[in-house]
Amino acid sequence: MNDSFMLDGEEIPFTPGQTVMQAAAAAGKYIPHLCWHPDFAAHGSCKLCTVKIGGRFATSCTVRAAAGQEVENRTDELDARRRTLLQLLFVEGNHFCPSCEKSGDCALQATAYEMGMLTPHFDHFYPDRPVDASHPEVLLEFNRCILCELCVRASREVDGKNVFALAGRGTKSHLIVNSESGRLADTDFAATDRAAEVCPVGVILKKRVGFAVPIGARTYDLQPISAAGGDGTTGRAGDTSAPRKTEAG
Amino acid sequence: MSFELETAPADAGTLRRVAIDPVSRVEGHGKVTILLDEHNKVHQVRLHIVEFRGFERFIQGRPYWEVPVMVQRLCGICPVSHHLAASKALDLIVGATRVTPTADKMRRLMHYGQILQSHALHFFHLSSPDLLFGFDSEVGRRNIVGVAEKYPEIAKKGILLRKYGQEVIRLTAGKRVHGTGAVPGGVNRSLSADERKDLLKDAYQMIAWSREAVHIIKELHQQNPALYDHFGSFRSNFMGMVAPDGSLDLYHGVLRAKDADGSILFDQVDYQTYDRLITEEVKPWSYMKFPYFTAMGPEHGWYKVGPLARVQNCDSIPTPFAEHERLEFVAYAGGKPLHATLAYHWARMVEMLFAAETIKELLQDDDLSGTELMTSGERRREGVGVIEAPRGTLFHHYQVGDDDLVTMANLIVSTTHNNQAMNTAVREVARQYLDGKEITEGLLNHIEVAIRAYDPCLSCATHALGKMPLEVTLVDAEGTELDRKYKA
Ligand code: SF4
Ligand code: FES
Repeated sequence: MNDSFMLDGEEIPFTPGQTVMQAAAAAGKYIPHLCWHPDFAAHGSCKLCTVKIGGRFATSCTVRAAAGQEVENRTDELDARRRTLLQLLFVEGNHFCPSCEKSGDCALQATAYEMGMLTPHFDHFYPDRPVDASHPEVLLEFNRCILCELCVRASREVDGKNVFALAGRGTKSHLIVNSESGRLADTDFAATDRAAEVCPVGVILKKRVGFAVPIGARTYDLQPISAAGGDGTTGRAGDTSAPRKTEAG
Repeated sequence: MSFELETAPADAGTLRRVAIDPVSRVEGHGKVTILLDEHNKVHQVRLHIVEFRGFERFIQGRPYWEVPVMVQRLCGICPVSHHLAASKALDLIVGATRVTPTADKMRRLMHYGQILQSHALHFFHLSSPDLLFGFDSEVGRRNIVGVAEKYPEIAKKGILLRKYGQEVIRLTAGKRVHGTGAVPGGVNRSLSADERKDLLKDAYQMIAWSREAVHIIKELHQQNPALYDHFGSFRSNFMGMVAPDGSLDLYHGVLRAKDADGSILFDQVDYQTYDRLITEEVKPWSYMKFPYFTAMGPEHGWYKVGPLARVQNCDSIPTPFAEHERLEFVAYAGGKPLHATLAYHWARMVEMLFAAETIKELLQDDDLSGTELMTSGERRREGVGVIEAPRGTLFHHYQVGDDDLVTMANLIVSTTHNNQAMNTAVREVARQYLDGKEITEGLLNHIEVAIRAYDPCLSCATHALGKMPLEVTLVDAEGTELDRKYKA
């Protein structure tokens, strides 16, 4: 059975059980998102994928597609709200794009470009989040964490390890490592884990890579995230293990 | 020597202070304090420099591969120099004691592009207004706009020389500012044949214009030796890097120093051992340290770096036109080192010519299009990288832990090496032109001219060229403001 809904005036087919995000991604349409990834259950936390369905706000990564829906996605109103969400993310962490090795491969940065975010607008929190360099192969740069829990989900669901978790509440929420010492070196984490590749920003980094790929030749230097991420992937550089198409559910 | 002026005696009585702030047309922001007594006699002169103190702390705790990109934030004016000095130091950390020919030449090209654009900026945009119109000329005209009106050809060439240098940087570093071309162990890109051809096309013009620039400054010197040879002149040691064969090399080599008479103080020194050679003295009134040759002590061991030091420190320059000009410079000096502050400009233009010629030679080299970009070897915990930046010798020194995080960083930047020299130059000028006289704008500008000759990077602040308002404040010894003058 083949049903469809309207996304910004375009007809999008879906199979029953698919979310609006999944159907849009399968159709090559970009709905801005950060915490959603085709390989994992929807998380619904970043709210970047918020659309309007029949005039009401809904997170497209969690809401089921239904026949005849009128979905607004890239409207000025919604993109303005997304911009605000991004600005909040930027000031909550320490994001210094000019010296960040993930620059050009970072979904946060690329989405901010896509939404036309020009300034952080809000006062910076400047949180104090020391890096964890204990693991021989992987560095954790917590300053850039946006709490999407993709690494938490990947480690638990794919790697079967539970290396990461979120702790704290509200503005105190932060990513922790599940070991007595709290250090990555004291877990069974491996650089080959799925969790090592899934981070959309520059937190979980293979060591000694840095700027080996020149700025200018990186994923989102070559095409905007709306084009890179519109085919059912998250458009995430480094995440080579991600299958290109999604399953229903 | 003018050490006695550094600190006014405690019983100096009623003193007045003339503060020139900011020093217009110097990169960034500086402040000159002239402490006067009631007869307008210079009692004390201090050049206060707001420097990037504390930057080393930012680097500590960061992964080493981030450092060459991060340190570019140190200076908005010569980020490439920091980028390369850090990369050279970190080459040693990753065990790349010798980078590939492609990496070496890409970095050299980037560096000489930086020298070209920085020297062009300094000479044409910042200094030519003073030199062409005279230090006492009308302030409103003494800027690049004034030069463009009166000498449109000179201004145009200056702008295009700088643009060309920036283009070389863009193609080698990936971006015009804050590029990422150099990485520990090598580079992340090489040039295509087309990119090289494109750059090479204009290289000959750049050489021709650089030769003209040398001639402009040389003529100014010869026309007015009384001014050019004596303005802010003082004797000191020199230090710089030379190739092992003694020729000029601004990218890599060994350290050499000469005394005020031109005799070798040390030579062929491996810069990995710089900390045994140089001590950095802290003075309570300045954030910027005062380095000196440890063996000679602070009073006699301070030195000049930068173009004037380099051109007189080397035995030869490996490109023909620049070597020709060096020989003329040496002949003019008469077999003894020239210590004239304004001779910095002449030496700087000889170097710009050297850079233009070197760029041309490098562009003809197929190694620039090579594919072997990176190398590594046995990991080390410590590395020193040195480069002759546009303003002088630049040291980057790092220690890196087993977890790949930087545990120690120490930088000595060109302007710091020249700290004592600049203070001395200002004092000499203050004695020559300010002592016992009325404080006029023209006289104050002589002090700025002396500082500017060193091309100091005073901080990371940027400003509109020549448009920075000048503030002159007169305050007494207790800090009470007596008078204040603004100039737009
Ligand atoms: S580390 Fe990366 S993947 Fe994990 S929660 Fe933070 S941003 Fe998401
Ligand atoms: S992508 Fe839907 S809430 Fe984050």
